[in-house]
Amino acid sequence: MISRLKTVYLAIIFLFLYAPIGVLIAQSFNASRYRGHWTGVTLHWYESLFTKSDIVDALSNTFSIGILSAAIATVLALITCIALREVGKKSRAMFMSVANVPILNADIVTGISLMLLFLGMGMRLGYGSILIAHVVFNVPYVMLCIMPQLLALDKSFYEAALDLGASPFKAFTSVVLPEIRSSVCAGFLLAFTMSADDFIITYFTRGAGVDTLSTKIYSELKLGIHPEMYALSTLVFVFIAIFVMLFAMNRKSNFKAEDLL
Amino acid sequence: MFQSVTVRNLFLVPFCLWAGIFIFIPLVCIIYYGLTNSGGSFTLDNIAIITQREYYYSLRLSVVLALITTIICLLLAYPLCLILIERAKSAGTIIILLFVLPLWMNTLLSTMAWQTIFERDGILNQVLRLLSMPDMTLINTPTAVVIGMIYNYLPYMVLPLYVTLSKIDKSIFEAARDLGANSWQTFLKVTLPLSLPGAISGITMVFIPALTTFAISALLGGSKLLLIGNVIEQEFTVEYDWHLGSALSIILMIFIVINMVLTIFFDMSRREEE
Repeated sequence: MISRLKTVYLAIIFLFLYAPIGVLIAQSFNASRYRGHWTGVTLHWYESLFTKSDIVDALSNTFSIGILSAAIATVLALITCIALREVGKKSRAMFMSVANVPILNADIVTGISLMLLFLGMGMRLGYGSILIAHVVFNVPYVMLCIMPQLLALDKSFYEAALDLGASPFKAFTSVVLPEIRSSVCAGFLLAFTMSADDFIITYFTRGAGVDTLSTKIYSELKLGIHPEMYALSTLVFVFIAIFVMLFAMNRKSNFKAEDLL
Repeated sequence: MFQSVTVRNLFLVPFCLWAGIFIFIPLVCIIYYGLTNSGGSFTLDNIAIITQREYYYSLRLSVVLALITTIICLLLAYPLCLILIERAKSAGTIIILLFVLPLWMNTLLSTMAWQTIFERDGILNQVLRLLSMPDMTLINTPTAVVIGMIYNYLPYMVLPLYVTLSKIDKSIFEAARDLGANSWQTFLKVTLPLSLPGAISGITMVFIPALTTFAISALLGGSKLLLIGNVIEQEFTVEYDWHLGSALSIILMIFIVINMVLTIFFDMSRREEE
């Protein structure tokens, strides 16, 4: 009885989580370009998707800003975490809390404050300002991923490599880096995800003519969204779903939920 | 790992520069704009505007809706996490992946899908009509905004809670049961206190974005239901009153600081107990 109740509860939650996704996928096949009016099945939006240059631009901006900001944030976080490993507990905690400000702060405050800074410096808002803003909120996510594994690392391997004549750089890349590889990758992926899904900070730091998928969707809301957007998000969602399932099956034995965080 | 303290400090230079320029100075900018008028002289008038009716109402509405969202997320997340942990043993981690997967759908699009569901002739009402039940007016109501917020922020409550709950040693539950506690007592006396750190970080991760969002309320609340985030956004993009917008942002920051202080305070008192 209780077990059945639990299943029902789980089913309701999953229905709640997947209802909007089902709606979006259905809309991507809807022949009508108006929401909520079902006039038949079509693949038209999937065909015309790649001829819409503004959607393709927004997609490529989302991807390139995501990859670049995640890469820059990972390098900056890695350099900082390596140094923070060697400082005292108190100053490390202080550095970490400064780094966490963009996560703890509201997106709208972070976005506005960066916009004020960029305009105050006389910078033109555009691709560059979005990229910097994304690095700003990505750095703490990567640091939170890397720091615990780096702290748990045994220093003696690195020192042994140095004693055997390796240069500090060589010792780092061939001894330390492989040990912390999983958290560096997790940090990069988390940063990319955060960047790709961000709307509020991008909204305030973007300039005219530069759009990511999120800001493109928001600007289309009032006039009605191009159905190609549903087709695109369905493709992205299905792609990620397949990727995640393959990932899970590959690591079935040693997979933990913590890996996702 | 470093030959000298100087080399180590050199590694910290990029971050210090970065944090100075892109974390510290922007906050100074916002405080400067919030506390000056267009002539550049110091004033508290912009902050004081929150006492005016329309601004006060949207702040109060934001706090109320964010609190409701946080409480419902917490109530939904506890049983969900406990069931997920139990089922993950038999069904494997696929069930957790299924839970995380919707996170990768664009937030704005899934919120817009809720709009399609809630509209006057939306999917929900069409289903209700099929069942010959009366229509529900949800779109442009606070209820719709709260449902949209729960949809978007529930995972931020579930993930930290799941991690803390799954780290609890299972034998503690067995011990409680052996000592005669029923499952409700076990939950109150064992599960709840041990999972409190996860719940606290979940509460922060839900409350702050719910308090400050403007996208969800713009999509599901219509033009009449203004949260403080919508007011700030309009000051910047419609009214071009940066001073007023910054002042309202400072008021939001006060909430964030209170939240951080409470979290740190709680964390310290918990450590002392241990």
